[in-house]
This record gives sequence, C-alpha cells and structure tokens, in this order.
Amino acid sequence: MNEKELLELLETNANLSIAEISAMLNASEDEVKEKIKELESNKTILRYMTLVNWEKCEREQVEALIEVRITPQREVGYDAVAERIYRFPEVRSVKLMSGTYDLAVFVEGKSMQKVAHFVNTKLATIEGVVNTVTHFVLKTYKKDGVIIGDQEEDRRLMISP
Amino acid sequence: MKNMWEEKLSPVVKSIPPSGIRKFFDLVSETRGVISLGVGEPDFVTPWHIREAAIYAIEQGYTMYTSNYGLLELREVIRDDIYKNYEVQYDPRAEILVTVGVSEALDLAMRAVICPGDEVLIPEPSYVSYAPTAVLAGGKPVFMQTTMDNNFVLTPEQVEKSITPRTKVLMISYPNNPTGAVMDRETMLGLAEVAKKHDLIIISDEIYDKLNYTGEQTCMAALPGMRERTILLNGFSKAYAMTGWRIAYAAAHADFISAMTKIHQYSILCTPISAQMAAMEALKNGDTAMKKMVREFNRRRHLVLQGFKDMGLPCFEPGGAFYAFPNIEVTGLSSEEFAEQLLQEAQVATVPGSAFGDAGEGYIRVSYASSIEDISEALRRMGKFVRRRGVFPKKVSTSSGTDFVQKEGICNNV
Repeated sequence: MNEKELLELLETNANLSIAEISAMLNASEDEVKEKIKELESNKTILRYMTLVNWEKCEREQVEALIEVRITPQREVGYDAVAERIYRFPEVRSVKLMSGTYDLAVFVEGKSMQKVAHFVNTKLATIEGVVNTVTHFVLKTYKKDGVIIGDQEEDRRLMISP
Repeated sequence: MKNMWEEKLSPVVKSIPPSGIRKFFDLVSETRGVISLGVGEPDFVTPWHIREAAIYAIEQGYTMYTSNYGLLELREVIRDDIYKNYEVQYDPRAEILVTVGVSEALDLAMRAVICPGDEVLIPEPSYVSYAPTAVLAGGKPVFMQTTMDNNFVLTPEQVEKSITPRTKVLMISYPNNPTGAVMDRETMLGLAEVAKKHDLIIISDEIYDKLNYTGEQTCMAALPGMRERTILLNGFSKAYAMTGWRIAYAAAHADFISAMTKIHQYSILCTPISAQMAAMEALKNGDTAMKKMVREFNRRRHLVLQGFKDMGLPCFEPGGAFYAFPNIEVTGLSSEEFAEQLLQEAQVATVPGSAFGDAGEGYIRVSYASSIEDISEALRRMGKFVRRRGVFPKKVSTSSGTDFVQKEGICNNV
C-alpha cells in the first residue's frame, strides 16, 4: 500500500470509512487499519479536524497575521522564541519565514481589542522579539485548499454518452 | 401539421435510429434526488490554469479565425505530445488537423475515406457515434461482438472473419467507452497485421489514452508500418476535463489530413480560437493536474469494482477510461429494465448497455466520474436494489490471483 496515497486521501477527507479506503487503495481492511494506527502512533497523523466555514454561524471571531522580527539566540536560533510564542492558545499557527521578517504568527481572538491586547502584553514583550506588525484579516477566500463559499457546482448533464 | 416534411427528409438520416441514451436522459430529468453514474465526462472542472489562459487570450484579443488546420503553434505542441508519449512523428504542417471534438474528427475521417457501400468494421459494445457516422458517410457498419469472457477486447481472428471485399475501415477505441477495456500490445499487433494484409484503414479513437491504469498504453499508429494507415483521433476532453470546449485533433498521413481538411474548411472553417489557446495551455502545463486526476479515477475504479463484488454483480476489471460495465443478467432483468427500475426505485442513473449496441445487452455502464460520496451512496442503493431481486454476493474463499481483496459475505457497501 502506498503510504503517501493513504495520507493524501485522509488529508482531503478524514471521514472515509476503512472499507472505502481499502477498496480505493486495493489493500485489505486490516492492512489499512494497521497502517493508520502506525501513522497515528508515530505522529505522522497529528489530528483529524474539520474545516468549518464560520461565516455561516453567528460567531464573533477575528483573525490576524502578525509579522514578528526576532533576535536569534545562540544554540537555539529562532526556535526558543518561536516556542514561547506558539505555546499560547491564542496562536493558531507559527511559521519561520524568509524575507523581511522572521515569524508569521496567526492569532485568533474574540475581538480586535483582545487580539491587540495579546500582542501588546504577551507577544511584543517576549524577550528577543524586536518588533511586530499586525494585519487583521478582512475576509478569507480560500483555506487549506478549499474555496470558501465556492459557487462552482456540478453542472454536467445527468446522462451523456 | 404532423409529418409535414417527413417524406422529404433524407432516407439516410431517417434510417438512423434515435439515440438510446436520449430516451433515458428524458426519464432521468423527470426523477428527483438522482445520483448520476451515467455521465460520460469527468466530474472535475477544467483546471484553473487552462481556464485562466483562455480568459487571458480573449482579453488579448484572440478572437479571430485561425488556419483551417488550427494554430500552427498548437499543432506543434500536439506533435510534441504524441512524440513524447508514443514516439510517432507527425508533420504539424500537413499531418495534424485541429477539430471540434473527436466527434468532428471522426465524422471527417469517415467522410474522407468511405465510398458508398464500403464496409466499416466496428467492435461492439461501442461508443454511440461510430455506426451513425459511417452510415451518414454512405458506408455500411459491420459489427463484431466483444464479450466479457474476452475482456471486451477485439481479436484479430474476429476481424479476419468479418472481412469482405468491400471492407475498408476498421474502427477501434481503447481504452473503451462503454466497457473500460484496454487492449494489450500483442493483440494490437495482431490487428495491425490483419489491417496490413487486407489493406484496411484504421480509425483509432484514443481519446481515453491518458486514462489507462494498467501502465501500458499502445498507440495504433506507433506499431510498425501502421502510421501510414492509421487515422489517429485524440483530444483534450477526458484527460484535461475539457469536454465543453469541443477541441480535439486528427493525426494521419497527409493524404488523409488534406482530404479531411477540405471537409472541415467548408463545414467548420476552424476550431474556435479560445479553445485552441486553452488546449495549448493544457498540453504545455497540464501534466500535473492531469496525473492527479488519473490517480483519483484509479482509486474510484477500485471502489466501484469492490462495490460490485460485494453486491454479487460480475464485472470484469476495466483497465481504462472511467467506466465499469457490470453484468446484470443475474437479476433476470434486461439492461433497459434494470436501468429504468434502478432509477425509479433507487434514484441511481446508469446507462443501459444496450445503448451501445446489441453486444451491450445484459450490462449497464457505470461511470465513476463522480465524487466518492456519491459513488459510495449509489453503490449502497444499488446493493439494496439487487438484493431485493435475490442477488447476493457469492461466498469466496481467499484464493489468490485476483486483483482484489477477498471478503466474505455482505460487506459495508450494502
């Protein structure tokens, strides 16, 4: 069984049944189960999640991208500061970037004030953080490969030769 | 008012029966909540980079006629693509014609070579256009039945047996619509020998060539001595999800292409330029998206085959296209009855095999160009449907030698 193919399938749809996966990958159900267990225990598969379009629900939520410039430290480089940042539950993702800043930090909060407060009191004050630039997200068009509110649908004729 | 012009109509046109699919289409349109596995086109939309290239071309003012043959640059990339895949060399200036779908190319090929009364050998089940285009060109279709026992592959012996002094054309198409059958190189070599021996022209519709899951696709024109007598038809519809663009091509000896171009220039003039620009982008940069789509189809292929196995419908393993062609005789129903009742009782649309010729009776065509969710749900419904007709999966022992995982008893899909 192709491990990458299995992961690709699960990455796009974690809801597939073992029977479906085993049929599609031409492997036995036991093999698939075994493989998934292995991938879970070695942390290749980290978690199964659902991609939610929150605009459909009444939920106050703001998202911001914060550019963070930091001073790398001897021995640990950027990692130590990154860890101090990504441990905060408000932080959704952290990436080390090439270019004019170092860390791209995505933060979520209930309101702009809450996010601003977090940046001012928690993030900007961490030792090693040189400066921050905060960009609030106005609209998300596409997330994790999925177009939000995609208008394209199956427009094919029901029967064609 | 009725039948006002009936007697004035061309008897040739009148001789052509209405499409079996059309009738079924009307029935499907009247039914609600239908999951359709009756569609002969990918469920993917044309990849965005191709659509975007066409939009850009329109913005840039590419809105004019092109050469009758099609844009030279497109013919050049088509030449490169054929050479890359099969190592057959065509001259883009004289041996490639860009057409409005393989449908047009097929019609042109038939009209260019057939004289009244010439016989055209057509394996069945087959795509619905082959016989009518032969008839409209003045030819006489001669059918050869392919069977599940033989994996729906035409044999050289069958062709040999069907040849008469009037035989001029052998029509083939592998991977095949509706069966999904592929043809191995050895059989193809056998057909090539027969064609050479009897001086036949082969029209080879290879529109599904990229959708071959066996890893071995042979191009008829690539076989020794066959480039000269093969009219190769291929296009962009299936591999690049471009059905609605209506763009394809014919590649063949200059004598064939110049004859076909004569008809094309007076009936079509040229293929729409926006479609040509899109096709160019598809060939230049479409490989990644295409291969991803093919992998996805292959997974679905396994899923439907497992489904038929679980419900007890015999189905040979199709190596290409995006169709499975299960045998439904165990239900005691005809193809049409099965498809109709399945639609009405379970709201699943398939196409009765009989729409593809007499040899398709006893089968239905199931297209797996649908989402996994739809396929799984359709298989569940079909499973219930056949169980109500007393069909159950055979208990199978864990013998090896098949491509599938053997399971006992009723399984998740029913």
